[in-house]
Amino acid sequence: MPEHPGKNAIEVRGVRKVFGTGENQVAALDTVSVSIRENEFFTLLGPSGCGKTTLLRLIAGFDFPTAGEILLHGQDIAPLPPFKRPVNTVFQSYALFPHMTVAQNIGFGLEMLGKPKAEIEARVAQMLKLVKMEALKARRTSQISGGQQQRVALARALAPQPKVLLLDEPLSALDYKLRKEMQIELKRLQNETGITFIFVTHDQEEALTMSDRIAVMSAGKILQVGTPRDIYDRPAERFVADFIGETNFLPGTVVSKKPGVATVKFASNATISAGYPEGFDPSGEVTLVVRPEHADLVPDPAKGTIGGTLSNIVYFGTDTHYHVKLDGGGEDFIVRHQNSRSSAVTFETGAKVGIQFEEDAARVLKD
Amino acid sequence: MAEPRIMDIKDQPGFRSVAIICLLVLYVPVLILMIFSLNSGSLVTQWEGVSLNWYGSALVNGEFHSAAKNTLIISVTATIVSTICATLAAIGMTRVKPWRGLAAAFMVINLPLMVPEIITAVATLSFFALIAGTFGLNFGIGNLILAHTVFCIPFAYMPIRARLEDMDLTLEYAAADLYATPWNAFKRITLPLLVPGIMSGGALAFIVSFDDFTITQLVAGPGQTTLPLYIWNQIRRPMTPEINAVSTILLLVSILFVSVSFLIARRRAK
Repeated sequence: MPEHPGKNAIEVRGVRKVFGTGENQVAALDTVSVSIRENEFFTLLGPSGCGKTTLLRLIAGFDFPTAGEILLHGQDIAPLPPFKRPVNTVFQSYALFPHMTVAQNIGFGLEMLGKPKAEIEARVAQMLKLVKMEALKARRTSQISGGQQQRVALARALAPQPKVLLLDEPLSALDYKLRKEMQIELKRLQNETGITFIFVTHDQEEALTMSDRIAVMSAGKILQVGTPRDIYDRPAERFVADFIGETNFLPGTVVSKKPGVATVKFASNATISAGYPEGFDPSGEVTLVVRPEHADLVPDPAKGTIGGTLSNIVYFGTDTHYHVKLDGGGEDFIVRHQNSRSSAVTFETGAKVGIQFEEDAARVLKD
Repeated sequence: MAEPRIMDIKDQPGFRSVAIICLLVLYVPVLILMIFSLNSGSLVTQWEGVSLNWYGSALVNGEFHSAAKNTLIISVTATIVSTICATLAAIGMTRVKPWRGLAAAFMVINLPLMVPEIITAVATLSFFALIAGTFGLNFGIGNLILAHTVFCIPFAYMPIRARLEDMDLTLEYAAADLYATPWNAFKRITLPLLVPGIMSGGALAFIVSFDDFTITQLVAGPGQTTLPLYIWNQIRRPMTPEINAVSTILLLVSILFVSVSFLIARRRAK
């Protein structure tokens, strides 16, 4: 980010990556620029095929950009082969060397750097302790579980003390409980080592819970970079709002606006004030986005900003989703209620209800 | 209990009898040959009693010794050289960016498998005759070693290539990511993981060279009799069970060699 010019671990400047030739050309990355700060847990988030893994591979050196620069602490590393970059990777498949023990795997990078034996041994012992794998150091990697392999892969990548650690969907092969554990573990490791982490995932929940900042990618472009809260509460585009969390989309018409806030009229003639992102000038027919938990149901339709009929109630344990068929038509509007012991009002399917919006709940977004 | 299957081929009518017939056709002649190598009489068709005499007379036979020695020199050299060539070819063809002509190169390497052996034999013979006539060059037993090396390459190449293609390329990326230069990545990661492939490639090359008859028969000069040629010469004389004994020895060497390399390959693959 421009406000901390000296503190960037990685700067990606105008990077393009084109695969194929002639008519089969595909731009996997379409002129991407992003700065990743030192000691940051930075996540590249997007659906498969959005270019996030391509960007990671360019930073690792497994591929070279068609155009643009990649700076590591100010030095252009784009032309360097991977073995000359002080950057290490945790692979999705872990890629542990099957013919070596856990300890040999962890020591491999240091050995290739030509470190003295005593230093390697001390560092391997330290890493084994860090990932709590001391007891299994002499095992072959095929003799340990998936979660343990994950830890070894982490230790192996951290052992040479890289400037930046790249993580390519490292948790996707683990089951739900183990994944939750490893999320916490990864945050701990990042805090303890102080190394910049660049984490690639398609799992928005994982991205929100772990990251300092997130870059949301789609079709080879970065759509928005921000803190999890920024991205969730103030999505810059419709795609971001749709990809991250659940969102209601409501059609409306802009009737007036002042900087940053527009007044939008619904088909029912009710109006609402809605924020919009910088650099966007909403007018005419627009789409409003509202998070399901930023709206509330009221039994009296007249008290809601918009009204409808309750078409479905879905119980999720921690919360309940109410699907409302709007009087104005269109997609069902979903309201999420946190469940508690004292939920006073109960609703029944088929009832006429009103929907109220919290302050700042609605935003106008680019399609 | 086994998992219920949609179709188990073993339950199909006739499966058992077809399988048994196939096994009998394959192995009964070999079994008869081995049994008659223990015959005490001097006829290969009439059983007279158990004895190891024929093994004794085979083992002290000077012609057998020299044939065995020739075979081993040729097979071992051809195996080593062809396996090295095949390994280099396999790496050169799986660890490169695809280029025009890669498919053609693959064809060229494997063509010897498709060409009838007698054609290769005649061509090799004419080739050596030509260079002997033109340049006055004769490599002696080197002619046979060269010929064997060439036809062993595709046999050694196949398992090595298969192993390279099965290998997870991410491992090589991981090595490069961990500061291994291309040479170090090859030495520390690719090569050790390739060993089982090289072993089975080498074993295959050895067996193919060890029992080659057609090419050897045409190319071999005087005093270059190998074991298959020796057996061939023996059966043109009045046959004795000594030929069975020699064949059995040949068979046991093959089985031993294949089993050992199979076991090593299996252990390494774990």
